[in-house]
Amino acid sequence: MKKDIILSGVGGQGILSIATVIGFAAIDSGLYMKQAEVHGMSQRGGDVQSHLRVSSNEIHSDLIPFGGADIILSIEPMESLRYLPYLSKEGWVITNSTPFDNIANYPDINAVKEEIKKIKNHILIDADDIAKNIGSPMSMNMVMVGAASDFLEIDFEKLEKGIRFIFGTKGEEVVKKNIEALYSGKEFSKKFRSR
Amino acid sequence: MEKLLLLGDEALAQGAIDAGMSGMYAYPGTPSTEIMEYVQRSKSAKERNIHRKWSANEKTAAESALGMSYAGKRSMCAMKHVGLNVAADCFMNSAITGANGGTIVAVADDPSMHSSQNEQDSRNYGKFALIPMLEPSSQQECYDMAFHAFDISERYQVPILLRLTTRLSHSRSGVAVKPFKNENELKLPEDKRQFVLLPAIARKRYKMLLANQEKFELESEESPFNKYINGKDKKLGIIACGISFNYLMENYQDTGCPYPVLKVSQYPLPRKHVEKLSSECERILVLEEGSPIVEEMLKGYLGNCLKVSGRLDGSLPRDGELNPNLVLKAVNGIPFQIESIPGVVAARPPKFCNGCGHIDAYNALNEVMKEYGDGHVLSDIGCYTLAALPPFNSINSCVDMGASITMAKGAADAGLFPAIAVIGDSTFTHSGMTGLLDAVIENTNMVVMILDNSTTGMTGGQDSHAVDRLVSICEGLGVHKDHIIRVTPLKKNHEEMVRIIRQEINYKGVSVIIPTRECMQTLKRKTKANK
Ligand SMILES: Cc1ncc(C[n+]2csc(CCOP(=O)(O)OP(=O)(O)O)c2C)c(N)n1
Repeated sequence: MKKDIILSGVGGQGILSIATVIGFAAIDSGLYMKQAEVHGMSQRGGDVQSHLRVSSNEIHSDLIPFGGADIILSIEPMESLRYLPYLSKEGWVITNSTPFDNIANYPDINAVKEEIKKIKNHILIDADDIAKNIGSPMSMNMVMVGAASDFLEIDFEKLEKGIRFIFGTKGEEVVKKNIEALYSGKEFSKKFRSR
Repeated sequence: MEKLLLLGDEALAQGAIDAGMSGMYAYPGTPSTEIMEYVQRSKSAKERNIHRKWSANEKTAAESALGMSYAGKRSMCAMKHVGLNVAADCFMNSAITGANGGTIVAVADDPSMHSSQNEQDSRNYGKFALIPMLEPSSQQECYDMAFHAFDISERYQVPILLRLTTRLSHSRSGVAVKPFKNENELKLPEDKRQFVLLPAIARKRYKMLLANQEKFELESEESPFNKYINGKDKKLGIIACGISFNYLMENYQDTGCPYPVLKVSQYPLPRKHVEKLSSECERILVLEEGSPIVEEMLKGYLGNCLKVSGRLDGSLPRDGELNPNLVLKAVNGIPFQIESIPGVVAARPPKFCNGCGHIDAYNALNEVMKEYGDGHVLSDIGCYTLAALPPFNSINSCVDMGASITMAKGAADAGLFPAIAVIGDSTFTHSGMTGLLDAVIENTNMVVMILDNSTTGMTGGQDSHAVDRLVSICEGLGVHKDHIIRVTPLKKNHEEMVRIIRQEINYKGVSVIIPTRECMQTLKRKTKANK
């Protein structure tokens, strides 16, 4: 088993919580893991990415090769496109559809969506909206983990356990909401694929 | 065995703690910051009361670490690559004094300049200082090397340079830990003059350092971190330094590399292994992150002895960090295609946080500077450098920490009026104070704005030495107290700030204006913690 995942978003949106949950689940499943993060300058509202690699064998490079990613998991639609050079031929782009518009020249969102729809394997999910609907807008990231969960080859329960682990200190209510977000993302993702 | 999930930076910190370190000294700088931050969070560091407070700059950090080594205990200082320029005086001379307790100089380089002004390769410094150097290729090696570094440091009484690069510093993986060692007892050097670099002593110590070079080479040949891996196909021999080894092996996951490979993670180069590789193989390819140091050494000036490829003959790009694709192309010569990024994707540069006080300070400054035109504002390194970008376009320089004040002074000396320096609070206590003293002594006609957000913002909000001290520091340096003016950078104070900047430009002498308002990031963190 080997999964190479590019996580992307905008500095401050919190892609690292996604990496932490999937990373926890991977380690808990006895898998190898490497995860390269971005710290520093770009965290101030710039584009950020993380290379998350999970495998049943030892992993060498901290970076995913171009054309090697199984999944681009993005919490911002335009940002999902920035990393297409990393996507493998059969890879999936799973992206939030709500734009994070903090630049003067943000493109027309419809043009962005059209571009995403050109990708053979893609899932466009309004994770912000889904998180709002379950009454927990902060859980958008976990909706995205849910949306990717069927592709990870990691037991779903392990992801739940990961959420318990990182949100545990914030109380049972927060844990419950995030697990609900995880399920909602998974549900939506399934429906999207069987359109 | 249970593994800890650690960044390369953190693995080094945990290794140093477990190997009996008594003191950690550092000034923040991407990608090295997390070494100290990890020690500060560590329970065992707290229990053992390991020194773990930030230093004013890299030079004070390196000197304090050397002082702890003088007293017989194990110490480490950490910095980003350009920090070693600041600490270079201590660093170069500490190679001559040598160490007493084991001491590590950990330097994190930033090839591709993700968050830096340049991509200098710290291995040049290690070679320059003639000391042993370690360059881990994995998080586990970061951890294990702390033990190894302290051991060789004490065995040869020499500081050890440990070089990291961004991708390892900031990549997380599982690390197996060892039982921890006790700290050293306080023990002064046997030779009480070891650290006295008077010429007569320094000459002796330098000869000792030179005589040790052969032993350092032997250490490298026997190092557990250097490895000769045989391969059937001798058309090519590959030297892979530090993490470039991973990029190579990434391409031979299942099959193994067909060519002989020398993995180098300890310097000076392991001569025996290099000789074996070069005698067996028709051509050598050197993979190294940063400058073509090893490549140049092997090639020689005329390049007529050994066929060596790497960054100098175009097999690899001359600049920027490596990756698995570039390395594969260097090995097999086949160019790779990458998918292009769709045209709709716009650049998303970093920017000021919403509500940041720097915004209000620059709005006021920009309004005043409209009268004088462009080119009057010398600045520095920090979040406030983002004002170089639109829509602000306020500043005209960012060179090295502290250079705003001294460059404004030089420009004022040349006749530029007004000459304005804009510097952050942490940058000011790092390297701005001495430059301000120069200006005070000559009563240079200039305005210094110290943008005080009471933290080291750019690197993530570490404690700033400047907190509550800026006014008294400026007074102490001799700035007239009527021309040290605090303002609160808020929209509602815009007119007042404009008036004050204008007034101080017209004062013939040194003025310091200090817009003071807490960083939004640290404020947010505090509010969250108090909830
Ligand atoms: C010699 C050196 N050390 C460290 C750094 C990393 N660095 C860049 S900006 C900065 C912080 C500046 O803090 P401050 O001056 O308070 O400004 P702020 O970012 O808070 O606005 C640091 C530590 C560097 N570029 N050069």
